[in-house]
Amino acid sequence: MMRRIVADYPLVMTALVLSFFGVAMVYSAGQTDTPTAVSRVYKSQLVWLIIGMIGAFGISRSSVRFLEWVTVPAYIFSTTLLALTLVIGAGAGTAASTKSWLAVGGVRLGQPSELAKITVVMMLARILASRKEPPKSLIDLWKPALAVGIPWVIIMLQPDLGTGIVFIGIFFGMLYWSGVSWPLLMLLGSPVVSGILAFSTGLWGAWFLVLAALVLYYKPFLIEGIVLMVANIGTGIVAPLLWEKLAPYQQNRLLTFLDPSSDPRASGYHVLQSKIAIGSGGLTGKGFTLGTQKRLAFLPEQHTDFIFAVVGEEMGFIGVTLVLSLFLIVFLRITRIAGRANDSFSSLVAFGLMTSWFVHVLVNVGMTLNLMPITGIPLPFFSYGGSFMLACWLAVGILVRISGEGRGKAAFQTS
Amino acid sequence: MSFHPNDIARRTRLSSVALAVGFVLLLGAFFRAQVLETANYALQSQENRLRPIPLPAPRGIIYDRKGQIIAENLPAYSVSITAPSLDSLRSSLKQLQPTLQLTETDINRAVRRYRRAPTRPTVILADASIDVISVLEEHRIDYPRLIIQSVPKRFYPDGPLVASFVGYTGEVSESDLNLPQYAGYNPGQSVGKGGLEKQYEDVLHGIEGVRYDEVDARGRAVQGVGPRPDTDARGAPPLQTNIDLDLQKFVASVFSDTLRGGAIAMEPNTGAVLALYSNPSFDPNRFTGGIPADYWKELNTDPWRPLFNKVIQGTYPPASTWKLATSAIGLQNKVVTLDARMPIPCNGGMQYGSRYFRCWEKRGHGYTTLAQAIEKSCDVYFYQLGLRIGLSKLVGGGIDLQFAERSGIDLPNEYKPRFPTRDVRAYYNRRYGPRGWTAGANSLNLSIGQGENSQTVVNMAKFFTALATDGHTSTPSLVKRTPDRKKVLNFTPAQWRGIRNALAGVVSARGTAGGSAIKGLVIAGKTGTAQNSENPNLDHAWFVGFAPADKPTIVVAVFLEFGDHGWQAARVASKIMGFYTGVVPAEIATTEIE
Repeated sequence: MMRRIVADYPLVMTALVLSFFGVAMVYSAGQTDTPTAVSRVYKSQLVWLIIGMIGAFGISRSSVRFLEWVTVPAYIFSTTLLALTLVIGAGAGTAASTKSWLAVGGVRLGQPSELAKITVVMMLARILASRKEPPKSLIDLWKPALAVGIPWVIIMLQPDLGTGIVFIGIFFGMLYWSGVSWPLLMLLGSPVVSGILAFSTGLWGAWFLVLAALVLYYKPFLIEGIVLMVANIGTGIVAPLLWEKLAPYQQNRLLTFLDPSSDPRASGYHVLQSKIAIGSGGLTGKGFTLGTQKRLAFLPEQHTDFIFAVVGEEMGFIGVTLVLSLFLIVFLRITRIAGRANDSFSSLVAFGLMTSWFVHVLVNVGMTLNLMPITGIPLPFFSYGGSFMLACWLAVGILVRISGEGRGKAAFQTS
Repeated sequence: MSFHPNDIARRTRLSSVALAVGFVLLLGAFFRAQVLETANYALQSQENRLRPIPLPAPRGIIYDRKGQIIAENLPAYSVSITAPSLDSLRSSLKQLQPTLQLTETDINRAVRRYRRAPTRPTVILADASIDVISVLEEHRIDYPRLIIQSVPKRFYPDGPLVASFVGYTGEVSESDLNLPQYAGYNPGQSVGKGGLEKQYEDVLHGIEGVRYDEVDARGRAVQGVGPRPDTDARGAPPLQTNIDLDLQKFVASVFSDTLRGGAIAMEPNTGAVLALYSNPSFDPNRFTGGIPADYWKELNTDPWRPLFNKVIQGTYPPASTWKLATSAIGLQNKVVTLDARMPIPCNGGMQYGSRYFRCWEKRGHGYTTLAQAIEKSCDVYFYQLGLRIGLSKLVGGGIDLQFAERSGIDLPNEYKPRFPTRDVRAYYNRRYGPRGWTAGANSLNLSIGQGENSQTVVNMAKFFTALATDGHTSTPSLVKRTPDRKKVLNFTPAQWRGIRNALAGVVSARGTAGGSAIKGLVIAGKTGTAQNSENPNLDHAWFVGFAPADKPTIVVAVFLEFGDHGWQAARVASKIMGFYTGVVPAEIATTEIE
């Protein structure tokens, strides 16, 4: 069982560079002209990084089989924790009004959703790996859908739109990796598209025609086809009603995404200041700790959700390119690990974790330039937050183990 | 599961491509923001953190002709505040209310200033006392957006003595801000509101500077080197005036608080205004930084109307002072000579048509020459002269002598005199209807300076500059400039001698102002006693003249509302002339008024 493995140095080193870069940025984020509590958080970020690395080392010394074995209890445990947040949850950061934190007596212990991201990946991998064939119809997908759906519903009740998006990303990414065909993925995603297009009757009608053509081409079972169409019509009708039900701050966030200058003092403020910070950074940046937008507190949440704006302001386009390149290296490396994993469970876990991070980076970094709505998704290895740093490094540990057990050459046969 | 090596390789390739595409798209967005559009964002970042604080420019110092200060600037403190929104401004004002002792008016004023220029610091108190400032300084940390500035404040050392011509300054009003000439002005800025301050506003206002404070998101000023160099305020150049401040003060002292009216003293050859005073006056220093409501009310309810400038705004019948105009028109039309007598002797009045026109002297003057009639101010003589000239020539001559136009003094709000138009018939028809008037009666009235003729004091002084020189009128000017002269009188040397002698005779034992004669100074001039509808028993008193009679250096016009008789005004004028020419020491002149 306790087989020695060779650590995946490219992955570990890149993750380490990113983490130290991240801690440095958290330190810089605290350097404001009017000192706040943020000036000290880099220390605890460093502590969490060390804890995370110890955890990663521990996991890398276990085995994939152990991980597979522990999947179901871990999934149940993390889902229970998630459900607890609905009862004793607390908010923080840009998502101050949500209940994503588990708090006891006012002390925030952590965000169970960070743990849930990993356990859901593992659970999905287990379910998908146990099948001989990839899911060929929508009905085949009920199990994976349920595995993601339960925590997803809890998260949307918190409500934490960002983490919800991550879960959807994981779901689709892993289905793709397991070999689900493109048309099926599209049909699966169609109700979401319907929900978005429902605000324009014309667009929705056009989409419905496209969908009908797709159904005819793909020829699913009759019931499936009907369910699908009904689901599309349903979301199309429900979405506007649901919009009315959204809290005003959520509506504002979505509207602000569409036009941040519409309300520059209130909800558009964050993203506008973030864009100004990044844009004014220019090619080479204003220098480490010297960003004026950040120093003068114009940049909100500069150590958590908008930490990438600090990178942009102080390191300029060169720093941005460097950080994004490091992330790209990590993602490509994990994809390679997934491709060379020993078995389908490991392969799916690796790809799932990669998808999870990819969505984080895409949404978080995109948000700083208003390419994505503000959802409060942290940036892996950078954003200040103990649970997230720990979760990231636990994932690194898992990936190192998978990589170590994997074979030297790409691809494998199903067992 | 479909984990055939080929499938895996295909998915790996596709995933890698998707990742690379996402990477390129994100990087492209950053390239656009950070490289292509960085200048725009850099500017926004600057605007974000730099708070421009306007630095008011000191107004130009106003000097008299000898270099004495009429208007200067003293340091004062202004309190202003920056506010991101109207609500924030209101709540700040509420907090500050007890400390600054703000009234409801102050608050409303500040709100209006904010509405007009929300990005500019809103002035709360333009001139705060040192007590208020020291309290605020103690609590500075509580009010990060508060700006306490040392600003120049207008000060007039002689206050009420110079108010009549210097005017006053105050905050630019909202209605002014809508006018094109105030296009560059902002609320809270000080602006000339009257007199020279308003007339020469474009010269006096200076150029506002700006200081950039670096502030954080809460508006707190951050210590450090100036992020952008300041632009210093540029003070306006000094304004040199023709005023003789000593004479001005003397004029004011002559009026003291018993006489109601105004006086102007000019140089005959240049039109330079030596003194201009309207009594009662007001204190322009109290207008700076907002007029206290009670003082404003006091000024506006005073029956003596301190804010009404009797020299340039009051229009009154010129009465007998206008007889010189009648004489000049008669002489130039060659219908009379200085020693010509009129057919009807004065025995206290004369019958014309159905009406009996009185002379002011009930005992009558008998037969007189024109020169004597001027000395004695005989109405009956001028009635007949007026008839001889005829109404349209009388009016036309008056217009040629500039009685239908403003004097053109460099002060705002000068009133236009009332005088008929050249088309006499049309004018009188319009006034009285086609059958409501006769040319004869109106000639009689006009000839003695009554009827359709009301002149400002400054305009009468301007006319007398022609009599004091070789027939040129000079436009009165407070600020040094090239004299603007116009030849209006063409007399022969003999006529000049005769006129001057007659005018000198007025201020002699023979004339109407004999009591005002000064030993050692020959004063020439003409009294006037104007009837008015407000008080039939108390006439307005005029005197317009110059001295010395042979070589005039000063022209003086004095008008006393309800002064009773012209010789009252003559006494004031002779003191002014005496003081100016140095013939009579000031002490004697002032004591003599009692």
